[in-house]
Amino acid sequence: MFVPPDHSVGIVTPKTVVFDEPLELESKGRLESYQLVYETYGTLNSNKSNAVLICHALSGDHHVAGYHAVESGQDQSKTKGWWDTMIGPGKPIDTNRFYVVSSNNVGGCNGSTGPSSTNPNTNKPYGPDFPIVTVADWVRTQAKLSDHLGIEQWAAVVGGSLGGMQALQWSITFPDRLRHCLVIASAPKLNAQNIGFNDVARQAIRTDPDFHNGNYYNQHTSPARGMRVARMIGHITYLSEDMMGLKFGRDLRKKSKFDYEFTPEFEVESYLRHQGDRFVNRFDANTYLLMTKALDYFDPADEAAGSLTKALDQVKADFLVVSFTSDWRFSPERSREIVRALQSNRVNVSYSEIQCDQGHDSFLLEIKDYMAVMQSYMNRIANECLPNHHVKANK
Amino acid sequence: MTVPISQSKLQSNLTRYDHRLISEWVTEGSRVIDLGCGNGALLKHLHAEKNVSGYGVELSQEMIAQCIDNGINVIQFNLDQGLGHFDTNSFDTVILSLTLQAMRRPRELLNEMMRVGKQGIVTFPNFAHWRNRWQIAINGKMPENEQLPYKWFNTPNIHLCTIRDFHALCLDLGFEIESSVAVRTDGQQTLGLKALPNVFGEIALCRFSKP
Repeated sequence: MFVPPDHSVGIVTPKTVVFDEPLELESKGRLESYQLVYETYGTLNSNKSNAVLICHALSGDHHVAGYHAVESGQDQSKTKGWWDTMIGPGKPIDTNRFYVVSSNNVGGCNGSTGPSSTNPNTNKPYGPDFPIVTVADWVRTQAKLSDHLGIEQWAAVVGGSLGGMQALQWSITFPDRLRHCLVIASAPKLNAQNIGFNDVARQAIRTDPDFHNGNYYNQHTSPARGMRVARMIGHITYLSEDMMGLKFGRDLRKKSKFDYEFTPEFEVESYLRHQGDRFVNRFDANTYLLMTKALDYFDPADEAAGSLTKALDQVKADFLVVSFTSDWRFSPERSREIVRALQSNRVNVSYSEIQCDQGHDSFLLEIKDYMAVMQSYMNRIANECLPNHHVKANK
Repeated sequence: MTVPISQSKLQSNLTRYDHRLISEWVTEGSRVIDLGCGNGALLKHLHAEKNVSGYGVELSQEMIAQCIDNGINVIQFNLDQGLGHFDTNSFDTVILSLTLQAMRRPRELLNEMMRVGKQGIVTFPNFAHWRNRWQIAINGKMPENEQLPYKWFNTPNIHLCTIRDFHALCLDLGFEIESSVAVRTDGQQTLGLKALPNVFGEIALCRFSKP
């Protein structure tokens, strides 16, 4: 039988909250009501000063740490949360000190209202009728969740990649509702190259004959081929050239000579196909389309005449910004733009650029220097936000 | 930063002493950047003593976590890339402590310091200290000692200078030297040090501004 390892939050159960009120969206779309699925780890202290919100990235969800209960015969070890390296007892985001909350974004496919949910007006899945949602929309729904949980101010809002954009947006939309903002492997907006990659992914899905203009649910099919290609190209951009070279090189799969045919011959081909297949089984294509659009639209400077400095001029939170040298999808230069704009506003900000060769995915990995920076910064938050709490610096 | 000279050793000897001197030159409640801030001890000291705000800049990954532990804002980047990170005239004091000699373009960095801040404070090992003079004059070899513990071929200290050299560069750049102090790493004040700082001073501290 599977036993969760030490420093794990253990078996966790998602919760759901229904907001029986309309949600007006930035796209002018509207949901009559919506629900959020979320998980919590640790205990909220009596003055509610130890709450940390985790925002998820493109293909993530609310299940950040620990394991889910499974039916007999299923492999529980495969239900590990996507940021279990970072969150748990004794880990940098220490659930012995902090009350950690994470929710699945609206538009998602893991329990929060999204394109595969039933549209109350039609009693059918929303499908392509699900409105476009943005980072700012997500932040407003997360604030509703904060109200529901009785959390007036987060000790920290934390996110990597698209999650980092949400953390940044929190500091803009609700400057008084967070003490610290941790923006990891993120960017103040996507560049043309990034939008280009996203559109390749979208086109792969939308041109799949099984897409049926997004109404594939009632056809009992899904644009699996498109999704697989979308994930394959995405996956390439999350790794670095060096890392792919190191991991696969030109190695052939179970043979030493070419067969001169179109079956996957190189290890890298088989790896990417495997990643694609896994993704098809766990993710909804309409959600993938929505998430990539939210990424493309994010640009807080746009409302401030193109000035990120101006967009951040009401920020009150202290910041930790982290980037990774081999991340070319969200390169260190993009993080530095955020740091510069914060500095111009005299915001307390620390910035670390972690040397590593694992690419964009680094933010999910247990990289020693990265963990040390996170640990130190979370110690600082604990010293500041937790009553009668003083953590000695770890040496 | 590539740690220039044996910074840890110097810091343990010097810490309180040069921090006290620098602290005297920093105005209460002012805005400060510390370039090559190491573990952030100086900024922590200035924050506690003078209630300053601002940022440390450091390249060494090991130091970043220590800076965060010390409660200071630290920005990780390479000073050889200039100070483009910081707005013009956005700080009262820009400190460069025991780092100048490891910079690729010290002259450009000094100019950048004066773009960003009103006053600059630079500390550096004085290459004209008598021990260095002696090692060259008598042994005919590059100095190698507690302050400069490297061989000529592996030293990160690629731009060593003397107190006189530094003053000449400040003059050339049109900076006004407000104060110049030479110290021994043991903190002792001797007559020789007072009379001949460019011979007996191990570390030089110089404060300058734009006229």
